[in-house]
Amino acid sequence: MSDTDDLRAILLEQVERLLSDRSGPDLLRANERGEWPDALWAEAEALGLPTALVPEERGGAGLGWGDAVAVWQALGRHASPIPLGESMVAAALLAAGGIAPRPGLLGLAVGREPVAWGRRAAAVVMTSGGIVLLQPGPATRQGRASFSREPADHAAPGVPAAEGRLPDAFGPEAALLAGALLNAARIAGALEAVLDMTVDYANTRKQFGRPIGGFQAVQQLLARCAGEVAAAGVAVAHAGRAADRRGLAGAEFEIASAKVVAGEAAGTCAAIVHQVHAAMGFTDEHPLHLFTRRMWEWRDGHGAERAWARRIGAKALERGGENLWPDLTAR
Amino acid sequence: MAGLRFDLRDTPPEAAALRAELRAFLAEAGRNWSPLVRGYSWMGFDREFSREVGRRGWIGMTWPAAYGGGERTALERYVVLEEMLAVGAPVGAHWIGDRQSGPLILRLGTEEQRREFLPRIVSGELAFAIGLSEPDSGSDLASLRTRAEKVPGGWRINGRKVWTTNAHKCDFMIALLRTSPAPDPKAKHQGLSQFLVDCRASGITIRPILDLVGEEGFNEITFDDVFVPDSLLVGQEGHGWEQATAELAFERAGPERYLSSLPLLTAALDDLRSEPAAPETVGRLLARAGTLRQMSLAVAGMLQDGKTPAREAALVKDVGNDYEQALPDTLRDLMDPARTPAEVQEMQRIMTMVARSYSLRGGTREILRGIIARQLGLR
Ligand SMILES: Cc1cc2nc3c(=O)[nH]c(=O)nc-3n(C[C@H](O)[C@H](O)[C@H](O)COP(=O)(O)OP(=O)(O)OC[C@H]3O[C@@H](n4cnc5c(N)ncnc54)[C@H](O)[C@@H]3O)c2cc1C
Repeated sequence: MSDTDDLRAILLEQVERLLSDRSGPDLLRANERGEWPDALWAEAEALGLPTALVPEERGGAGLGWGDAVAVWQALGRHASPIPLGESMVAAALLAAGGIAPRPGLLGLAVGREPVAWGRRAAAVVMTSGGIVLLQPGPATRQGRASFSREPADHAAPGVPAAEGRLPDAFGPEAALLAGALLNAARIAGALEAVLDMTVDYANTRKQFGRPIGGFQAVQQLLARCAGEVAAAGVAVAHAGRAADRRGLAGAEFEIASAKVVAGEAAGTCAAIVHQVHAAMGFTDEHPLHLFTRRMWEWRDGHGAERAWARRIGAKALERGGENLWPDLTAR
Repeated sequence: MAGLRFDLRDTPPEAAALRAELRAFLAEAGRNWSPLVRGYSWMGFDREFSREVGRRGWIGMTWPAAYGGGERTALERYVVLEEMLAVGAPVGAHWIGDRQSGPLILRLGTEEQRREFLPRIVSGELAFAIGLSEPDSGSDLASLRTRAEKVPGGWRINGRKVWTTNAHKCDFMIALLRTSPAPDPKAKHQGLSQFLVDCRASGITIRPILDLVGEEGFNEITFDDVFVPDSLLVGQEGHGWEQATAELAFERAGPERYLSSLPLLTAALDDLRSEPAAPETVGRLLARAGTLRQMSLAVAGMLQDGKTPAREAALVKDVGNDYEQALPDTLRDLMDPARTPAEVQEMQRIMTMVARSYSLRGGTREILRGIIARQLGLR
């Protein structure tokens, strides 16, 4: 194992432990009531997680996008109780633009989409062309109602406190690409969690004198779901690796693919896991929807499948049939 | 899903030259392949093509040199497979030997069998068929009734196999046969054995069955007192079931599980430029193709490391089958009889028909999903 593999493993274990110990349905519900998960965020900060993507010489852990994907997947397995992914991306963008990261939660603004927990942010980060911008203070204008019900706010137009030019590898849409990768990775993690929950449920819930997981109709659905879960996991890992190798801009195809595959998987699997949980999964009390609502949120956020598919599809059409396979295998 | 791993793999650096060589070769060899040839791909049977592939060292690539093998890596072999399938090369005359029969003989065959068969598979001379299904035994394969009785010096076979792809053109088949009665109906997996059977042995009648495409793709084989010498029993008598399921695991691990209809996407792409709905659909198809390729590569990498990625392979096959099976209909929605070139329409028609088989051959989708469900821990 290389040093970076070691680092990734250690970090992942920390994240898993932190979330297993400190998160759960109660915390997620409190989030949805607008209560900021202060203690959990403080612990994440104490572990240095928000600056994990910042280079070591700038005071971070120097992780790559592939590592980040693994962390975000772990977050997704716990329905992402803190906007850590957004803050990691924002800090990475600032550092890449030569701006000293601020302490505290950094909001990530992508296009006109609201900023997750913008009201708690110390500053909001956005990109415009190849420039990263930092706007101090929280975002305060409440965003529209969302699937996740977690607070999301728009930053008031203002004068940025700092600007920096991003290296070329980040391209003109760095925040969008990183945000899409983040959402795809969280979906991939949440998918693992709902599949596990549903297998457990199917093995416990009995009808006709036996666990419903013994019925073929149920088995067939969950097997299909497992394939989608596996595909989403591979798609996001592939995208993370591509971003490490060729920069965010150079990984557009893989990131777009990850968002498409994870988004499609979210749709297919949410339908399946709800079908298997039946009425119980339709209740507020059961935690299933804490995950499925977030999967739906993330599949919409930072570009839905359709938008990303169109981009890569249009490029492939332009390149023509004779380049289709060579391009696919060059990745 | 605990323990499920798809570690990303790259094709090795030395594969770049290999890939270039393949592309040049296939461009030349495929100049006159009709839409039917490409659509039929790995059921297509072209001895001359297979012999040329063998001459170039692309069959039995990972096998020991002692048996004519190339001693190359599983990932290099992967490159050969994916290049062939991506263009719909007619690989049927060497495919089964390379993928299933050869590895089985290598793993479980006697030294004599290895020396006898492997070099001739490698050269593209010997074509193999898979003799599993019977008229009354499809998904419930272990219920098969074709039997081999012990006689002096060998075995006497009676019964019937069916759907045996290309058997009428093949040299040998690996047949799963009942060698002793099941001890009780619940233990029907016991008492089965595998044999190498000469397709031209006396007592064998092979009757081609016309398929829905209009081709003689598969056959019915009748065994009437067919004698097979002891030396052609493969592996252990009575252990045929375990052996055959391990053999099917090889089958499932291949990259063909998503590529079968890719030649259609390639052929259709240029025509779709003027179609407004095309970018989104093509984008979705490519996103999945790229992902499935990484999944397949991960499985090939695990095979290379000497692991048995049975669970991962089953998942790739299932997702891949869905993908390749849906593709012809998906593209149909974008095609326009008034605009789309006749050749592309022809390939689309053929693939629409052939795609029915993708979720049948090698075990149906339902059976595969049953296996996956058990692996998930559902009981
Ligand atoms: C093009 C083609 C080539 C083939 N080549 C070969 C070959 O070379 N050698 C060979 O041996 N065989 C070959 N086959 C046969 C193939 O392996 C069988 O078709 C397959 O195993 C299914 O058997 P069956 O057709 O008898 O269907 P059946 O087993 O009768 O199944 C019919 C339907 O019932 C479903 N079903 C059956 N049992 C169950 C169950 N327990 N739970 C849920 N659903 C169930 C099946 O999924 C299917 O949908 C080929 C088939 C095709 C189409």
